Amino acid sequence: MDETSIGWWGVPLAIFAGAIRISTPFLFVSLGEMVTEKSGRINLGLEGTLIMGAMSAYGIAYLTGSPWLGVLVAGLVGTIFGMLHAGICSLPKVNDIAVGIALMLFGTGLAFYLGKPLVQPQAPNLPSFNFGWWSDLQQVQSALKINALFIIGVVLAPVFLWALRNTRWGLILRIVGDSSDAARAMGYSPLAVRLVATAFGGFMAGVGGSFLSLYYPGSWNEGLSSGQGITAVALVIFARWNPMNCLWASLLFGGASALGPALQSVGVTQGYYLFNAAPYVLTLLILILSSSSHRHIAGAPGELSVTR
Amino acid sequence: MNSDLVLRFGAGAKVFVVSLFAIVLSLIVFGIFVVLSGVNPLDVYRLMYVGAFGSWFSWQNTLLRSAPLLLTALCTALPAQMGMVIIGGEGAFVLGGLAAAAAGLLLSDMSVPALIVQGAMAIAGMCAGGAVIASAGALRHLRGVNETISSLLLSYICIAVLNQMVEGPMRDPTSLNKPSTRALPDWAMLGNIPGMDIHVGLIFGLLFCLATYMLMFHTTFGFAARMVGGNVRAARMAGLPVGRLILIVTFLGGAAAGLGGMVEVAAVQGRANATIASGYGLTGILVAFLARQNPLIVIPVAILLGGIDASGGLLQRRLDMPDASVVVLQGIIFVILLASESVQEGINLPGWFRGIKPRSSAVAVAEGAE
Repeated sequence: MDETSIGWWGVPLAIFAGAIRISTPFLFVSLGEMVTEKSGRINLGLEGTLIMGAMSAYGIAYLTGSPWLGVLVAGLVGTIFGMLHAGICSLPKVNDIAVGIALMLFGTGLAFYLGKPLVQPQAPNLPSFNFGWWSDLQQVQSALKINALFIIGVVLAPVFLWALRNTRWGLILRIVGDSSDAARAMGYSPLAVRLVATAFGGFMAGVGGSFLSLYYPGSWNEGLSSGQGITAVALVIFARWNPMNCLWASLLFGGASALGPALQSVGVTQGYYLFNAAPYVLTLLILILSSSSHRHIAGAPGELSVTR
Repeated sequence: MNSDLVLRFGAGAKVFVVSLFAIVLSLIVFGIFVVLSGVNPLDVYRLMYVGAFGSWFSWQNTLLRSAPLLLTALCTALPAQMGMVIIGGEGAFVLGGLAAAAAGLLLSDMSVPALIVQGAMAIAGMCAGGAVIASAGALRHLRGVNETISSLLLSYICIAVLNQMVEGPMRDPTSLNKPSTRALPDWAMLGNIPGMDIHVGLIFGLLFCLATYMLMFHTTFGFAARMVGGNVRAARMAGLPVGRLILIVTFLGGAAAGLGGMVEVAAVQGRANATIASGYGLTGILVAFLARQNPLIVIPVAILLGGIDASGGLLQRRLDMPDASVVVLQGIIFVILLASESVQEGINLPGWFRGIKPRSSAVAVAEGAE
């Protein structure tokens, strides 16, 4: 069957498919960053971590033949970057936003440097489940080809929500994020908690990056990430630090990112590049609508520098 | 020398020594990194020196690269005087270049004098770049939107607009492989500084740095703006027009980057295409931080980083290193520099260096009174 046979129905279908496919890195980065921001720190360096994750996952998958090992290594590399961020931020008088910018530059440069020999070879991709077997339509089948990482992310969101509200760890995280003085008074070290939270955020961003190189688009090149990491950081603010909202927001952004290619597939080629900017425009609009100069954003961790 | 000057010199010397130390340490770390990837670090250092400052030819190359950095660094440094972290210089640069190309093509078709075409291009570039960053400033002031994130998002949007324009409405049908606008006629291009192979964009950059330094540190306007950066509430209480100051300073920062984009189009590329988004905006952020957000110190730092940039090509050709080597080094410098800032508080330089007995409160007073 050719593309035109379902006509304009292809557009919502492609947006739906894109929402699932493109949202996965957003979902992982935003869930991880949510944990980091809950602890009262923001890591803008996740853009660099994402690219490092994509590069290392691709390299490991190529060398060992196992994409899952690649995912794991990407997570570990992300953890190292998270710890680097947290380590520098724990020095006195260091601004977490500035460190994030520095690590964004460093991570991107390092990934391009080490990843130079990986542009040519083809690494094995992550497997996906075929939920579209019941349909004859090829578009439906490809739209319902869902990657395992996406499913893991979808499961993680409610688990995170539950853990934040009901576990000891969740409570400590929220206390540190809302007031380091209170946390210190209760005998918890804010710096140690933030180190763990930032390292975890790095792990998730690394895994999110592995999805880019090992599933969609599924190759390694220097144009792989165009701001997904930073968009995901902004998305956490929009999601009001709620894991379930991170999931919905990621789906929304995935859908918005698919708008350009979807319209192109039915022959609307006008404004292709502008439609590609849709997720950024959407993020910006949402930030404008959800911010206020007079009060704190509802639900914002008290120690978080961006919302102060 | 009066004691105030000695104090000020002492504080500056400390920052200088710590920054120099950070750069040397970064070079060592980069050397270790290079060894791990199987290259002799001494060859790297030597080639970097040769490629950046080794001859008049490489000096010219370095200065050419530092011209846009002077301008994009101001995009971060000026708003930073008001306590804002702006990282959207790349977007202002790109949109400035696009607007300049549009203005230049429009006016050169009407065959007006070259000087008017160039003036219009500069104004168009500065207005476009200024509008981008001023909108991040306005969003911060009016809606409390974090300016770091909004300026970066705006930057991505600007790059999308550039791609859309050069692939669509402004595309020259004869540019097949690399979609571009039509080329500017030769007579409308910016020329070189007499006697050198360096375009006049370098002079624009130097003048912009000097002028904004005077504005921020030697006028009441600058004093008011820096007061907003120090304490917004106090500034409001003193009756300062906070919103207007934010708008003007962010506009100036964006205008600097936009002028950089205009120079890139009018002196280097001759047309607007996707290559004008080549990372000058990102390096500019590093320059601004390394210069401690001071427009005057931006000048030597931009030349230093322009040199590192310029030597990248030589490393690629002679040692077969990836072109991202330079970005790795820049990243290392940035990280170590930020870490060194907290160390700075703890060190006491020898007394003769500071001109006074080591007492950190005196230095703090000097910095505040500057």
